Amino acid sequence: MLVSELKEKLNLKVFGGNSGLNREITGGYTSDLLSDVMGFADQGKLWITLQTHRNVMAIASLKDLSAILLVKGQQPDADMLELAEEEGIAVLGSDENSFEVSGKVFNSLMQKS
Amino acid sequence: MHFEYQVDGGNFSNAGVASSQFKKILKQLNVDPGLIKRIVVALYEAEVNIVAHAYRGIIKIDVNIDKVRIALIDEGPGIPDISKAMEAGFSTASPKVREMGFGAGMGLQNIRNNVDQLDIESVVGKGTKVEFEVNLG
Repeated sequence: MLVSELKEKLNLKVFGGNSGLNREITGGYTSDLLSDVMGFADQGKLWITLQTHRNVMAIASLKDLSAILLVKGQQPDADMLELAEEEGIAVLGSDENSFEVSGKVFNSLMQKS
Repeated sequence: MHFEYQVDGGNFSNAGVASSQFKKILKQLNVDPGLIKRIVVALYEAEVNIVAHAYRGIIKIDVNIDKVRIALIDEGPGIPDISKAMEAGFSTASPKVREMGFGAGMGLQNIRNNVDQLDIESVVGKGTKVEFEVNLG
C-alpha cells in the first residue's frame, strides 16, 4: 500500500515530506525508542511514534523507512519537517494514540494484501 | 580507501550526518544492501554515543576489498565499566537525552549484533575508542 493510499483510508494529516507520499509501505513499527527502531525496523516500514524531533528523520532515512506517523496530535518540530522535505519522507499525523492507530494501520495493510 | 568525519558532542541536530554521508559512499561502492544496513546501524549508534556522552570525536573509516573497519575515537568522560555498559538496558544518558528516545541502553547491543569484530577501550577522564569491523562478501 502506498503512503498516499493509507493517508486517504485513515484520513491522516500530512505535515510535510509530500514527495514521499508515493513510497510503498511494507509494514509498520511502533516505538518511541530510537535504538529500538534503528536495530529492528526493516526497510519500508511505517514508523508510528510520538517523537517529533529531527533525529527521527535521520533514522527514517538511514533505515529507508516509508513514512513517519505521529500520534496523539503531536506536531513535528520545524527542523524535523525540514529534514523530511530534504529526504523525501512523509510525516503524517493522527489524533489517536499509538495503540489505536497501530491497529488501524495493521488492519489496512492486512486488507490490502 | 580512507574516510574521516568529525563529531561534536552535544550537537543532536547533526547526529547521524556522518552515518548518512558514509551510507551514500557505500551505495556508490555497490556494497551489498544487507551489509550496508548492518554497517549503518553500528555506525549510527556509535556516532550518537559520541554526541550523547563525549565532548568531541573523530570517526576513521577504512574500506578494503574484504572488510570495512571503523574506529570512533572521542574525548570524553570515558566508560568506568565496559562490561556493565554492554548490558542491555544499562545507560548513563541524561534525562534530556532519554526524553528524545535515546539512552535506552540498546546502542552497544545494536553495534555488537551487527558487526563481526568489536573492540572497546576507554580511559576514565580521557575518552573512549570504539573499533569494529564488518566483513564484506
